Amino acid sequence: MSEHDKPDIDDHTGVETTGHDWDGIKELNMPLPKWWLYTFYVSIVWAIGYMIVYPSWPSLSGYYSGLIGYSQRDAVAEDIAEANSKRAVYSNKIAAASFDEIRADVALMEVAQAGGKAAFGDNCAPCHGTGAQGFTGFPNLNDDEWLWGGTLNDIEYTIQHGVRFDGDDDTRLSDMPRFKVDGILDRAQILDVVEHVTKIAGGEADADRAARGAALFADNCAACHGADGTGDRSQGAPNLTDAIWLYGSDKAVLYASISNSRKGVMPAWAGRLDAATIKQLALYVHALGGGE
Amino acid sequence: MSEEAQEDNHQAEPLVYKRSPAGTSAGGTVLGTPDVAAVNKAEDRTMYASRKRVYPRRVYGTFRVAKWVMMTLSLSIYYLLPFLRFDRGIGVPDQAILIDFPTRKAYFFAIEIWPQEVYYVTGLLLVAAFGLFLATALAGRVWCGYACPQTVWTDLFVHIERWIEGDRNQRLRLDKAPWTFSKIFKKIFKHICWLVVALATGGAAVFYFADAPTLFIDLFAGDAPLTSYIFIAVLAGFTYLLGGIAREQVCIYMCPWPRIQGALVDEHSYLIAYDDKRGEARGAHKKGSSWDGRGDCIDCKQCVAVCPMGIDIRDGLQMECIQCALCVDACNGIMKKVDRAPNLIRYSPARVGVGGAVNVGKSPLIRPRTVIYVVLITAILAIMISTLLNRAGLETTVIRDRNPLFVTLSSGNIRNGYSLNVINRLPHDRQIKITVTGIEGVQLRPPFSDNVTSFTATIGPDQGQDMRMFVIVPLAQWRALDISDTRAEVQFHVEALDDGEMLAKTTAFMGPKK
Repeated sequence: MSEHDKPDIDDHTGVETTGHDWDGIKELNMPLPKWWLYTFYVSIVWAIGYMIVYPSWPSLSGYYSGLIGYSQRDAVAEDIAEANSKRAVYSNKIAAASFDEIRADVALMEVAQAGGKAAFGDNCAPCHGTGAQGFTGFPNLNDDEWLWGGTLNDIEYTIQHGVRFDGDDDTRLSDMPRFKVDGILDRAQILDVVEHVTKIAGGEADADRAARGAALFADNCAACHGADGTGDRSQGAPNLTDAIWLYGSDKAVLYASISNSRKGVMPAWAGRLDAATIKQLALYVHALGGGE
Repeated sequence: MSEEAQEDNHQAEPLVYKRSPAGTSAGGTVLGTPDVAAVNKAEDRTMYASRKRVYPRRVYGTFRVAKWVMMTLSLSIYYLLPFLRFDRGIGVPDQAILIDFPTRKAYFFAIEIWPQEVYYVTGLLLVAAFGLFLATALAGRVWCGYACPQTVWTDLFVHIERWIEGDRNQRLRLDKAPWTFSKIFKKIFKHICWLVVALATGGAAVFYFADAPTLFIDLFAGDAPLTSYIFIAVLAGFTYLLGGIAREQVCIYMCPWPRIQGALVDEHSYLIAYDDKRGEARGAHKKGSSWDGRGDCIDCKQCVAVCPMGIDIRDGLQMECIQCALCVDACNGIMKKVDRAPNLIRYSPARVGVGGAVNVGKSPLIRPRTVIYVVLITAILAIMISTLLNRAGLETTVIRDRNPLFVTLSSGNIRNGYSLNVINRLPHDRQIKITVTGIEGVQLRPPFSDNVTSFTATIGPDQGQDMRMFVIVPLAQWRALDISDTRAEVQFHVEALDDGEMLAKTTAFMGPKK
C-alpha cells in the first residue's frame, strides 16, 4: 500500500476522511444513504422515459418527435387559438355594439381600451409613436386638433379608409395645390401669405406683407381653410390659427408647405384589421384626451 | 443477557457511523461484549449505507409531556384555525386567517394584507428567523425537538405505529416475524391510519385558501375545485412519505438546519449532554452493590432505545441530535429506580465537541448574542406594529404619463396625463374627492368630461380603483411660472368625504421650454 492509498483517519471520530484538506479542515468520508442512490437511479430512468415520450434527439431531416408528438409550437398555437376564442366573446360584442353602448358598458370599455392599446402598438405606433405623440408630419393623437374630425365615428372612418390612400376609393382626400411648383403664386406672394398666416396664428409678422398676404389668402386659401383660417374638417383643411402644427410653424416650413403642399398618407386599415379591432382603436385614440 | 437487552444491543449500533470518544467506545472495552464491532471498520465500509430502522421506545417524563403539549397545540392550531371566524363586515370574508387568491388579499384577524404589502411577510419571516436563532442560542435545536412539523408529525406517526404494533420490542419482533395474517393486518391498518392523518394534513392546508366550512362540504361532495384535490394529494403524499416512512432520514440527510446549528450555538447554550465525569466508568450495576469507584451510568441503553434519531447521546453532541430530551426522561426514570441523583443526561451548557467535558455550572441567559437577537426581534416587531397601526384607510398612487411627456392643446394650453389608483381599505363604500393644486389656474379634466375644479368618485369596500385624469395648465400661467426648466410640481389631493381622511401626492407637471 503506497503512502497515497493509506486512508487518513480522523482523530476525533475514527472515521476515514476524503483526504482533502482545506486549511486544516477535513471532510469525513461518510457513506451516502442507499435510498438517495436509488432516487438518483429513478431520475435516470425517468430521463430515459422522458426522452422516449417527448421530442429529444435531432435527426438529419428534423428531430425525433416523441411518442405523444408534443410540440411547443403547437402548444403555443393552441394557447393563442384558445385565447382568441375567449376574446371572441368580447370582440363579437364590440363589433355588434354601437360606440355609445360600448362606452356605457364599463367592462366592455375596459376590454376595448386594452385591445385598442395593443392594436395601436402593433399597427399605428411606427408612425404615430408608442404614446400616439406623433412626429413631424404624423399627427399627435393626444391633442384636441383633428384634421378630419375627432368624434368616434370620424376617427373610425379615418382608420377604416386612411388618408390619401390609393387602394381605397372612400379614403380621406385633401389635395392642396403646390402653389410654387404649379406656378400659381410666385415667391414673393408666398412669402406674403406666410406673413399673413403667421399673423393669424398669433406670431410676429410684418404688417405690410401680412396685409398683402391677407388678400392673396382670401383668393387662394380661404376656399378650404376658411376666410379666417380656422380650417374646414370636411375637406381636411387644418386650422391655421391654433397652436398645433403638423409640419411646424416656422416661416421657412410654412413657405415649403405652401410651395410644395404636403401630402401625408395613411393606409386604410379596413381590409387589414377586423371591424372590432378598428372600433377598439377608435375608442382608444378617442380616450387619449382629445376625443370629441 | 435478557432478550430485551439483546435487542437493545442491536439498537445500540448507531445509525450510520459512530462517533466514539477515544477510550469510551460503546462497543467493546467497557462492557466487554464480544459480539460488537465498530461499524466503521475500514474493510466493512461501503460507498452506500443501508438504512437502519429506529424503533423508539415509549418514555414517560417531563420532556415527553412537553412534547405532547407542543404536539397538541401545534396540530390543533393547524387543523382548527381555518374554521375560526372573524367578523369584518358585509361583503368581506369572515375567516380569521385566509389567503384569498381571487381577490389577491390575505386576512389575519384584523390585519388585511394587499399584494403590495407582502413586505409584512418579510417582517414575519425575519422575526421567525431571529426567534429561531434565539432559541438555538439558548437551548440548541429545541425547534427540531419540539416544534418542527417533521418532528411533530413523525411523533404522531410513531404513536399510531405504537398503538397498532406495540412498543419497541413488539415492533422489533413483528418485523422479524414471518408474514402471518395478523402481521399483514397490522401493517395494512397502520398504513391506512397514516394515510388518513396525511390526508387530513393536506386537507387542512387547502382550508387556508378558501372559505373552510364551504370547502369542507364541497370536498366531500366532490364539488371542490380540482386544484384543491391535487394539493391535498401532493401534501398528503409528502406527509405520509416524510413523517411515516422517511422520519429521521429527513433530519439527517435532507434538512440543512443540523449543519447550520453549529454556527448558532456556543459554549453557553444549553444542549443535551451526558455528564461523562459522573457517568463513567459505566457498567451494569447489581442491586445493593457499592457505587464506589464507578460511574452512575449503568449502561442500560434506555437513552438509546427511546431516541427517535437512534443515536447514543453518550457519544457526545452529534449532528443527528434534535434536542428533544426524551433520553433525559428515560435516564431520569432509571436513575430513580437505582436510587441515584437524576439528570445524568440533561440540558447543560457544554463545550461543543465530541466527548467534550461537560461544564456543570450554569450559563448566563443574557449575553451579547441573545441580547442582540432580542433587540432585533423587538425592533422588527415595533416597526411592523407601528406601520400596521398607521396603515391608512386611503391610499393613492399617481403615475404621470411618460409618453407623451405633455400635450399642447390647440389653445396653446399644456396638458399632462396621469394614472391614479385610489385604494379604499375600509369595509364600506366611500366617496372621495380629487382636487389638484400647485399652479395657478390648474384644472382637472376627467376623461370624456369638461374641465372641473374637483372630481368625485365612489370606491367600493376594500377596493382599489384606477382612473385617468388630465391636468391642464393655461399657457399664460405656465409662462408665468418661476421655474428654470420644463418641470413644475402639482399636488393631487384625495379626500374621503365620509370621515375627512385626506392625503396629498406631489407629482411632476411637464411643459414646453418657455
